[in-house]
Amino acid sequence: MSSHRFAVNVTPKPGILDPQGRAVEGSLGHLGIEGVSAVRVGRRVELTVEAADVAAARTVVERLASELLSNPLIEAYTVEELQGVPA
Amino acid sequence: MTVRIGVVVFPGSNCDRDTLHGLTVAGAEPVELWHEQASLDGVAAVVLPGGFAYGDYLRAGVIARFSPVMRAVAAFSEEGGLVLGICNGFQVLAEAGLVPGALLRNRSLRFLGRDVTIAPERLDTPFTHAIGERRPLRMPIAHGEGCYYADEATLDALERDGQVLFRYVGRDGAVADDDKRANPNGSLRAIAGVMNARGNVAGLMPHPERASETILGSDDGIGILRSLVESAALARAGGPVGVGA
Repeated sequence: MSSHRFAVNVTPKPGILDPQGRAVEGSLGHLGIEGVSAVRVGRRVELTVEAADVAAARTVVERLASELLSNPLIEAYTVEELQGVPA
Repeated sequence: MTVRIGVVVFPGSNCDRDTLHGLTVAGAEPVELWHEQASLDGVAAVVLPGGFAYGDYLRAGVIARFSPVMRAVAAFSEEGGLVLGICNGFQVLAEAGLVPGALLRNRSLRFLGRDVTIAPERLDTPFTHAIGERRPLRMPIAHGEGCYYADEATLDALERDGQVLFRYVGRDGAVADDDKRANPNGSLRAIAGVMNARGNVAGLMPHPERASETILGSDDGIGILRSLVESAALARAGGPVGVGA
């Protein structure tokens, strides 16, 4: 068994209205920032998995990401293994 | 004998008492169902009330979806049992995939607590038959995530198959669509409530239980609760359940 640290990044799917992203975009003018567009606000979940190996750990994270951390109707996710991070 | 209807209590539910009362007014004998119980105690129908189940952490309704009682609710609905989700209860049903679509953050990004007007799309369902006629119904909303979303193909299918149960309308009864006053959360096609394909599970964002007696300012919601109670009684007596029944 070994420990593995992962990050799951959840974002609104393309085409899904993201009022938070729009609000962030709307505030950019107040900061005097130009040239920023297509802001999408999502969520990042970091977690540690104890499993036989990294492949087994990733399987667990994939299930968690698709069944709980994201809603497949409206959100997409990516799984990223965090290297060099104490699990 | 009065019909027993279960009201699920999650940690964070806050409309359970109002719903129990509304169901009593509608003629039922409501009972509480704790979120940790795996059995529905033989109730004839189930209501998932409003609130913030499990704090609405992660996404509204998603943690509640995995609670033991929801396993029982899913099995009950599979057998044709009547289930109604109100507000947070609708969000739980959507997360569980028991009704189509998802509830997104309100377009305004604000929590909205105010009265809206909705109209039933059909009057031949277990959730609407006692309303009597298509007319505007005034009742409160209280939610941060009530913007109904499904992709275009799903929306078309819902309309074609008669699964749209309620829409936000103006006071004149005209469908609200892009009218921000009448459809304040920005729901696609002004959808305020939907049913599953079988027609035995429904969810809506507005609160009929908060408009179940005239002393509350409106009793426009009582027809919805009474529909459920009557349908549950019929189901318990072995009668047909579902759309057109």
